[in-house]
Amino acid sequence: MSLSTDDVKRIAHLARIRVDEAEAAHYQTQLNGIFRLIEEMQAVDTAGIEPMAHARDLQQRLREDAVSEADRREAFQAIAPQVEAGLYLVPKVIE
Amino acid sequence: MQWETVIGLEVHTQLTTRSKIFSGASTEFGAAPNTQACAVDLALPGVLPVLNKGAVERAIRFGLAIGARLNRVNVFARKNYFYPDLPKGYQISQFELPIVEAGELPIQVGEGDKAVTKVIRITRAHLEEDAGKSLHEDFHGEDGKPLSGIDLNRAGTPLLEIVSEPDMRSAKEAVAYARALHTLVTWIGICDGNMQEGSFRVDANVSVRPKGSDKFGTRREIKNLNSFRFLEQAIEYEARWQIERIEDGHEIVQATVLFDPDTGETRMMRTKEEAHDYRYFPDPDLLPVKLDEPWIEQVRAALPELPQQKQARYQRDYGLSAYDAVTLTASREMADYFEATLAAAGVPAKLAANWVMGDLAAALNKEGLAIGQDRIPPARLAGLLKRVDDSTLSSKLAKEVFAAMWAGEGEADAIIEAKGLRQMSDTGEIERIVDEVLAAHPKSVEEFRAGKDKAFNALVGQVMKATRGKANPQQVNELLKKKLAG
Repeated sequence: MSLSTDDVKRIAHLARIRVDEAEAAHYQTQLNGIFRLIEEMQAVDTAGIEPMAHARDLQQRLREDAVSEADRREAFQAIAPQVEAGLYLVPKVIE
Repeated sequence: MQWETVIGLEVHTQLTTRSKIFSGASTEFGAAPNTQACAVDLALPGVLPVLNKGAVERAIRFGLAIGARLNRVNVFARKNYFYPDLPKGYQISQFELPIVEAGELPIQVGEGDKAVTKVIRITRAHLEEDAGKSLHEDFHGEDGKPLSGIDLNRAGTPLLEIVSEPDMRSAKEAVAYARALHTLVTWIGICDGNMQEGSFRVDANVSVRPKGSDKFGTRREIKNLNSFRFLEQAIEYEARWQIERIEDGHEIVQATVLFDPDTGETRMMRTKEEAHDYRYFPDPDLLPVKLDEPWIEQVRAALPELPQQKQARYQRDYGLSAYDAVTLTASREMADYFEATLAAAGVPAKLAANWVMGDLAAALNKEGLAIGQDRIPPARLAGLLKRVDDSTLSSKLAKEVFAAMWAGEGEADAIIEAKGLRQMSDTGEIERIVDEVLAAHPKSVEEFRAGKDKAFNALVGQVMKATRGKANPQQVNELLKKKLAG
């Protein structure tokens, strides 16, 4: 499989990354290189092998259900661009 | 043409853990904005999620309660989208390997004695984190541009998203399923079920097709229904709308819609083309979750008797109808109350069931109280039932005693004594009154002898009146018949 410039632009849009035409062409070449690598790996017969969800064959450690975090709103909001009434302010979102 | 509605539900249940799914911040409802949003919830650089054992345990509880498959290895994935109440730019959820798959929940369809059981299949249930809340109030920047306020207290609250198969065929069935699910998750204590606070949120996938067709129509998804009434209204409106569109020659376009409770209508939010492409992939910050057998068995052993098990037992051991059994198991509190009353009274189960579902439920309803907040503890109601069962009280007198008990006047026997409500059983006394009534109403006696049955009822009424309702109506009937025949 290979990507078109439009695919690259769509992916960039979904990730909210601005790319111009030259960059889109550049990334298209790079991404298609990665796809060729994936194709090579897919040629390996993996029938009967359980897929791994993580590169390390370990299992998730679990935390006891207890509240351990104190309120640090003041410290966090001191570094926020804009706050009011305890809220973080962001450009208005309309869906 | 006859149409059929096809419905599947996705329900987001907020789990009852004290702390969040990936951080140690509190999940308590109603705190001041952002006072329960820690560095992990805010996605500050360098933080890592650590999974809450309590959330996993609750998912296991649910899986066992619906007879589902528990995936011994399940995996968290990132669901990518941008929204200001989601600081990481992705929601940690489960995608390819959810913790729970392929379960079932039986529901009752239809009313009263005609109710039948239908099994709704549950495709999957997966763990995920909730997002924060956006407040679109009147905030403005220095340049006058409108701003939204973000409260991240809810960000990271554990959710179990429960997805059903498209097995429901009417709004009523969808509501019955949602209610049964609500009963179950509160029953096993994994969710507080508070719909006003958003602890139990329902999305409905609705499509229509010609009756008898085995192909599904194109569906539209109604988002965020937070009451059973809205769920029913929204599905009914949506199904009607889809049928009209098709009959007018249009095609249904897959879309997400919102329900407006003020107008009772659904309106489009976005079409499939505008839908998010979430680009799921396994979250490298979290390792696969493994469930071991001893843990699963420990959770199983701690499960209470489930509503569906109780329903079966009530029908089998107590001879109650399916409808009664479902009504009595609408909540764990209700079932506990019924069982405690029955145990203390030692009367036929149907009598106890009728009082719990009837007079008690009505009295609670009237004052907007839930069972458990009632004024009459089970042992006290049992005292009343005993007096109904041994015929000390007629049903009319029993209602009077109940009202007095509800008003806080104490035990049934004390009320009966104090108010002189005991049903008259002294035959001599009743006989005397019957004679008096017959003497005072010669016209009715004549009419009865002339073949007018109505006259007999009038005489019974007079006796009951004279005894202020305390005579046993059956006894009065017999005595009157005897005397009139003689």
